[in-house]
Amino acid sequence: MTTTEQTAAGTVSVDLEAELRESNVEEVLDQLDRELVGLAPVKTRIREIAALLLVDRLRRKLALSAETPTLHMCFTGNPGTGKTTVAMRMADILHRLGYVRKGHLVAVTRDDLVGQYIGHTAPKTKEVLKKAMGGVLFIDEAYYLYRPENERDYGQEAIEILLQVMENQRDDLVVILAGYKSKMDRFFQSNPGMRSRIAHHIDFPDYTEDELLAIAKLMLAQMNYRFSPEAEEVFRDYIRRRMKMPHFANARSIRNALDRARLRQANRLFANRGRLLSREDLVTLQPEDILASRVFTEGAPDGTGHEAGTGTP
Amino acid sequence: MMTNYGNRITQGQFSFLPDLTDEQILAQIEYALNQGWALNVEFTDDPHPRNTYWEMWGLPMFDLKDPAGILYEVNECRKAYPNHYIRVTAYDSTRGWETPRMSFIVNRPKEEPGFGLVRTETNDRHIVYTLRPYATERPENERYGS
Repeated sequence: MTTTEQTAAGTVSVDLEAELRESNVEEVLDQLDRELVGLAPVKTRIREIAALLLVDRLRRKLALSAETPTLHMCFTGNPGTGKTTVAMRMADILHRLGYVRKGHLVAVTRDDLVGQYIGHTAPKTKEVLKKAMGGVLFIDEAYYLYRPENERDYGQEAIEILLQVMENQRDDLVVILAGYKSKMDRFFQSNPGMRSRIAHHIDFPDYTEDELLAIAKLMLAQMNYRFSPEAEEVFRDYIRRRMKMPHFANARSIRNALDRARLRQANRLFANRGRLLSREDLVTLQPEDILASRVFTEGAPDGTGHEAGTGTP
Repeated sequence: MMTNYGNRITQGQFSFLPDLTDEQILAQIEYALNQGWALNVEFTDDPHPRNTYWEMWGLPMFDLKDPAGILYEVNECRKAYPNHYIRVTAYDSTRGWETPRMSFIVNRPKEEPGFGLVRTETNDRHIVYTLRPYATERPENERYGS
């Protein structure tokens, strides 16, 4: 064991620094800081969890026994605030810290857990749970599991199986529930057992205007595009207007807006086919690509109502 | 059988060893998963060596990544058939192999009565030998006291 040494006094000391380096977790946390804009409370909580697991590992080296901590989590927040993205990272972090064995993420919704007729639900849920073992099970829009208005709904059965596995096979998988805050609260009210088995409730705040612009630039950089200086100002204006409109889905609305801007850029380049295009032309988004949006012309978002749902990874 | 005390049947891997513990089973499954093989749980109460096709416990588990899920099925099968033979098979779908690459018993009945040798006399005083499991004298599902 490289991190345990005898000191002169005969007490055993452990090297937190070495353990940290060995786990490579710092790398993931830095990546999280770099690639995810804003989300301060979320990042703090993830750091806390990472620290807890690391200290736990050191304690185990000194044979200080402690029950493995429960790491089931609940992510609440408005659409497009990065719940799925963080869940994906979470799987990686937990894997590096040795809390889950494989570190894969299985993302499911109600359809994957609840069956259509009697006796269909239990095998279906168990199948999903088995698939997620050794990794992280991410249940998107978890509140749909429970439908109080229909007393013969099979969702309750799925919840019971889930609870049982969350309690008895804590070493085998981590469950992350995600959904909108208000609906999630109502879900927990009617399922107090679920609430008490989840140790970490993490709330994802909405992004500010500046953060959204930073996200937009990050997304563009990943797609090898960039704004011209004027276009950046116009896009800031776009964000400001878009945030006030209905069905605003944070980063997802930004992504869709960028996709449409790319479409218009391509169209613009196509329209004046006569001249030769430089590399510069191909990567730059101009103000007119953004100004053509219905947000500016009609005061309504393009494709109204289609981006408020949750995305899939 | 002289080398095989107590009439324990010896089929597949590890069958001359003491029963595998759950930890050892997990390690073997882990190995198979790392090779990219699909695991499958099967059971039977007919221990004849020529009985190659055992009953399947559910479908083969093609998409599991972690051994815990497979051990879970093994335990479910043990609960349902505590007095049957249960084995875990790892199937390799690589072209050219397309065959089980591992197979080992994970559960046996408490009492294994063993096999009787049957001698059949044919023409010219020739003798044809065959094996007959004592257990199969009784109908299916009543063979090992459950």
